[in-house]
Amino acid sequence: MKNISLVFQFHAPYRLKRYRFFEIGQDHYYYDDMQNEESISWLVEKSYMPLCQTLKEMIQFSHSKFHCGISLSGIMLDMFQQYAPEMIDILKELADSKCVEFLATPFAYSLAAEYNKNEFEDQVRHQAAQIEELFGQKPTTIWNTELLYSDEIGDRLLKMGFKAVMTEGAKQILSWKSPNYVYNTAVSPKMKLLLRNSALSDELAFHFSDYNWKNYPIDAEKYAAQLAGMPEQEQIANIWLGAETFGIRQSADTGIFGFLKALPFYVLEKELNFLTPQEAAKKLTAADTIPIPYPITWTGEAKDLAAYNGNDLQQEAIQKLYAVAERVRMCQDKRLKNDWLLLQDVNHLRYMSHTDSYGSNFESPYDAFTNYMNVLSDFLLLVDEQYPTTIENEELNELLTTINNQEKEIASLEDEIQKLKKRKKE
Amino acid sequence: MKALMFGWEFPPHILGGLGTASYGLTRGMAQQEDMHITFVIPKPWGDEDQSFLRIIGANSVPIVWKDNNYEYVRQRMEGKMSPEEYYHLRDGIRYDYTRIGTDDLGCVGFSGRYPDNLIEEIGNYEAVASVLAHSLDFDIIHSHDWLTYPAGVFAKHISGKPLVIHVHATDFDRSRGNVNPTVFSIEKRGMEEADHIMCVSNLTRNTVIEKYGINPAKVSTVHNAVEPLAHPEEFVKHPRKDKIVTFLGRITMQKGPEFFVEAAARVLAKTKGVRFVMAGSGDKMNEMIDLAAKRGIADRFHFPGFMRGKQVQEMLAESDVYIMPSVSEPFGISPLEAMQVGCPSIISHQSGCAEILTHAIKTDYWDIDAMADAIYSIVKYPAMYKSLSELGREEVNNIKWYDAGLKVRAIYDKVIYNR
Repeated sequence: MKNISLVFQFHAPYRLKRYRFFEIGQDHYYYDDMQNEESISWLVEKSYMPLCQTLKEMIQFSHSKFHCGISLSGIMLDMFQQYAPEMIDILKELADSKCVEFLATPFAYSLAAEYNKNEFEDQVRHQAAQIEELFGQKPTTIWNTELLYSDEIGDRLLKMGFKAVMTEGAKQILSWKSPNYVYNTAVSPKMKLLLRNSALSDELAFHFSDYNWKNYPIDAEKYAAQLAGMPEQEQIANIWLGAETFGIRQSADTGIFGFLKALPFYVLEKELNFLTPQEAAKKLTAADTIPIPYPITWTGEAKDLAAYNGNDLQQEAIQKLYAVAERVRMCQDKRLKNDWLLLQDVNHLRYMSHTDSYGSNFESPYDAFTNYMNVLSDFLLLVDEQYPTTIENEELNELLTTINNQEKEIASLEDEIQKLKKRKKE
Repeated sequence: MKALMFGWEFPPHILGGLGTASYGLTRGMAQQEDMHITFVIPKPWGDEDQSFLRIIGANSVPIVWKDNNYEYVRQRMEGKMSPEEYYHLRDGIRYDYTRIGTDDLGCVGFSGRYPDNLIEEIGNYEAVASVLAHSLDFDIIHSHDWLTYPAGVFAKHISGKPLVIHVHATDFDRSRGNVNPTVFSIEKRGMEEADHIMCVSNLTRNTVIEKYGINPAKVSTVHNAVEPLAHPEEFVKHPRKDKIVTFLGRITMQKGPEFFVEAAARVLAKTKGVRFVMAGSGDKMNEMIDLAAKRGIADRFHFPGFMRGKQVQEMLAESDVYIMPSVSEPFGISPLEAMQVGCPSIISHQSGCAEILTHAIKTDYWDIDAMADAIYSIVKYPAMYKSLSELGREEVNNIKWYDAGLKVRAIYDKVIYNR
């Protein structure tokens, strides 16, 4: 093993307030501000801030040899700006170190990649613009929601110009292969596939303080030795974690921050390099091509979408939500557009799972579904006021295509004008 | 293992959940090969299913010695008991019960219901138990609900065999806290005398421990189950324009009917196309009719009266929602019956069955908004109905009396071993 790539992922949903059906059509504000503020402050205080500070120190002490990646959803950035601006400051400091790569991530941390490709593209561009504005980087690597990826999504990503895509090193795609190499996507050799090593990642996320774990206690020296001891020819260990692993899943008193801080020393001592995902994709040559015909994610045992769209409740919610995607895209109402994004958050769907409703603040999946559908009903009424459902989607689509085509045509014509002007000057 | 059980109701002639639970439990236990159950009830009707246990009617057990010839006994007891059995039981009479008015066979009559002279019937039942304790062979005594505790306690003292009591309800549930002191003292004495207490839910278990001051170590929970339907395909939902939300049970304070009416009013304020049904009868019925009228929803709120047998399942199968907003329900088997025929259920947190159900909506009984929200959700969002209906049915089909029977058996074994 020669390289290690650490990535930290930040996202929290705008939680919905208790919204009863008799409020439909009356109350158009859906969020529990108090809970959101409280939960963000808690996340920042317990986890996000100490994590970022630790990363800063790691960069300093390693003389900028420590590199890592960070995925931030647009919702998360908005929340930081609203409730915890100090997070933006420290993230900027990390950006200034040039050691941190900020990844592209759909703005709303949604499943748009699966259900509405145009929406997906919009959300990725939206977030990328945010990242560029705040941190001066233009993302070339993408961390899709919950590492969701399939070749179909890859097609779109390639067209959008991404050089590398990150996803789970799931058994169903790897079979006997190792996640510790860089691969080509089946879509094009121009776009690399980076795979999360779930065993090494989960060791920190789930087993760091587990007395029964075979490697307990895990310390930085042991962990680095374990990495260094892996087969010589393997290229990279991708250890990607939810940021809340640090300080929440594993509380501060387990020593998780100390572990992290000590890691660069031991890793560098073993002559391993830290790479950002972008650096990995650039530097390392692909070992093979891996086709991914069905969508995979990093969730659950099955590493699929089951926790988000596996039951009837989730299916109905998704279907109702994305049925109006075209209409919302046409509308100009800022508030409506913002609601549209916040309601797409994948967490709302996860709370409806019968088997894996991680992080839910609802009593049951049915409770989560009822509340969400009530909110969605009100939202759909508002959309309907702007674009009545009496107009068929097909009709709308045609109009949209015309408009889209016009835009493209105008753009290409403008291009031509520019070229002609240039030529004229010459 | 021979168990002598004292009960008060047994299907098909039942007045409440006690009879259904007695039947289900004994049937589940009878699947254990070495389990022999003798079930005593005050007044059998003769059409009870005796294929898996033996039923003795307390009203045909002689408690006063009368000299009758064989032929006369045969004639009088036809269809109830053989003369040999009568004479055998008559040999078990040890005490003088001539103060109790008996017939010419020495037997005492029972209403088998919950009459005004209930306390007197309980006493007579106790007398019957003494005769049985002297004449029958058994390993353990099992009493179902407070009416039969005195009988169980007396039988225990006579035979020296251990007593377990089964708490299907307490007076705290029936009275919303205003307990009847006589009932309370009968219950408390039964609990204190029992070697072990089985409760139908943790809710009831807590009541027994906290309100009756019983040592938690001898109180266990054995959740009820539900009898599988013989022909579930018989019950189908016919397409209709309006959605139906059903309340089914005694219309009494304990069942929280007023919360249902209020929730209905909330739903109807927002949407049409839903009808509400309050089936059953009880002392709060007229009050509820008034309340529905006062809320201006009488045109969509119906009172079809008492339902029995198959009517119940048919009504449930036709319903889109079943609701049980009980203020205090030791277990509450009816939501399970609704789920069996694919009807989504809304139950109160204050119901014992909430402890074992995942695919049912749970709200507090007083939370009218949450209840109305759940009703609205089920009738408006198809996935909600579909999930609750399908997953609920699957869940309930896996709650089996056989398993409950095994738990009871384990308690029997423990109690006998500890003796």
